[in-house]
Amino acid sequence: MTAPTLVDFDEVVERFDPTLGLEVHVELNTNTKMFCGCPTEFGAEPNTQVCPVCLGLPGALPVVNRAAVESAMRIGLALNCTIAPWGRFARKNYFYPDMPKNFQTSQYDEPIAVDGWLDVELEDGSTVRVEIERAHMEEDTGKSLHVGGATGRIHGAEYSLLDYNRAGVPLIEIVTKTIPGTGARAPEVARAYVTALRDLLRALDVSDVRMEQGSLRCDVNLSLAPKGSGALGTRTETKNVNSLRSVERAVRHEMSRQAGVLLAGGEIVQETRHFEEQGGTTRAGRRKETSEDYRYFPEPDLVPIAPSAEWVEELRATLPELPWARRRRIAGEWGLSPEELRDLVNAGALDLVEATVAAGATAGEARSWWVAYLAQQANSRGVELRDLPITPEQVARVIALVASGALNNKLARQVVDGVLAGEGSPDDVVAARGLAVVSDDGALVAAVDEALAAQPDVVEKIRGGKVQAAGAIVGAVMKATGGKADAKRVRELILERVQSA
Amino acid sequence: MSSTDGSADTSGLTRDEVAHLARLARLAVTDDELDVFAGQLEVILGAVAGVGEVAADDIPPMSHAVPLENVFRADERRPGLSQQQALAGAPAAEDGRFRVPQILGEEA
Repeated sequence: MTAPTLVDFDEVVERFDPTLGLEVHVELNTNTKMFCGCPTEFGAEPNTQVCPVCLGLPGALPVVNRAAVESAMRIGLALNCTIAPWGRFARKNYFYPDMPKNFQTSQYDEPIAVDGWLDVELEDGSTVRVEIERAHMEEDTGKSLHVGGATGRIHGAEYSLLDYNRAGVPLIEIVTKTIPGTGARAPEVARAYVTALRDLLRALDVSDVRMEQGSLRCDVNLSLAPKGSGALGTRTETKNVNSLRSVERAVRHEMSRQAGVLLAGGEIVQETRHFEEQGGTTRAGRRKETSEDYRYFPEPDLVPIAPSAEWVEELRATLPELPWARRRRIAGEWGLSPEELRDLVNAGALDLVEATVAAGATAGEARSWWVAYLAQQANSRGVELRDLPITPEQVARVIALVASGALNNKLARQVVDGVLAGEGSPDDVVAARGLAVVSDDGALVAAVDEALAAQPDVVEKIRGGKVQAAGAIVGAVMKATGGKADAKRVRELILERVQSA
Repeated sequence: MSSTDGSADTSGLTRDEVAHLARLARLAVTDDELDVFAGQLEVILGAVAGVGEVAADDIPPMSHAVPLENVFRADERRPGLSQQQALAGAPAAEDGRFRVPQILGEEA
């Protein structure tokens, strides 16, 4: 079959109504796996965080991680779900080497949380309510490395290598109900939902929510129906959507692709598709198994989970201030415009600025450091702002040093550079690099006199009343002191010396 | 029979269904065996259906032999296996990983 023509996005929304559905998998940040005491750290040597339980060795008995169940319930509560008073795990049977047990322990018809919603704010400030179908507990799979194919993909691979460190890591799958009626905004709604969910999960402190490390993964379900028909078209499920931008692109591409198939008189095949990061396109994967093929049955090695009403209420009491409420509060406290708030949020700087303010800095100074100089540094290093090797406390210390006059802005940037280069705390860098502002008159007077002697014409101008000419002398002194002089004090000294001479 | 559960339906297991189950279980089953197993599986399903008839509405379904709920483990690390131990039983290994043959048919 030849590749279908992609239909221009505007035409797609003119002729079709898209229906979205989003499945988000989130890895919990528990110390140990879902059913065994193995660590869950990302990036360890392969097969060093495994045990008989997660390797599915005979006779091993899984036991549920209480902290993971509590995280699952907190997620459910934060999504306005009902917590099921009784539920079981089930075995999802399939043969695929990413699970050494040949089944995944999951929840099937008895998920821990059902029927909730999440209000999602769009760029223009309007809100879309996304209904949540369910959130259920399961375990992550191992990681496959396909060897021999040209692209590292399973296609054409000669064999595969398996690392089971990730197998058994607690995973919560959050499934929306179908989201109808988003029209041209479908890509934006999808992205905004995943963004809001990520922020919520981060506020709950239940996951690292790092899409680039796979601790938050999104599958995009999309179907098209003829405009105004009220029908529900056949959907595809696009996997491997690993960034917020990709969520938006995947929806947009799938809308254009499906419209192309439909307008050419074809039919959409219900299938799993894979998102291709490079071109922003999707390609066909396997046909969807029917759920019967997974032969789910209740997991006989685990007993039911029956959260008491008291336990649920105890957990509800631990829910943090919701991210969007917090943003509104902070914007009010700091006097930010909606645009300033959005810039701060988009730069990933809100938490950092808040922590910097908590460490004693003013909101204005803290914002300016994080969204300007530090954002540039993060950008040039290609890392997230929060991954820069400097803490909010250290930034607050630099701001305090500037406020006290011990550093000027130029020196402060050098101190920050030193901290980022691993030279220690701001005070360590000041001491080691000798960066303190020189405001001691003894040291400055000599430099001032030297500069005055070198520019007698400027001295004459100042004497003649052109005080602004002193700027040239200030510049010379700053240059001579390597930028360390207290510029204000230098100006005062220049005027004193000229007039007393 | 009050159950609407499909598993209690013994109206006959077709050869195609047995072949499908065999494929899901990655079992090579010959044509002759399909007939044999279809008959045998039907006997088993019949026995299960018999249990279903005994179960009255006031008997809650169980998936577990002991009446226990909420058995949890604290989120504390326990020593596991070393890489060498983990791979000790593997038919093939490479670079600290389990080596498995080409994965066919799943995503082609």
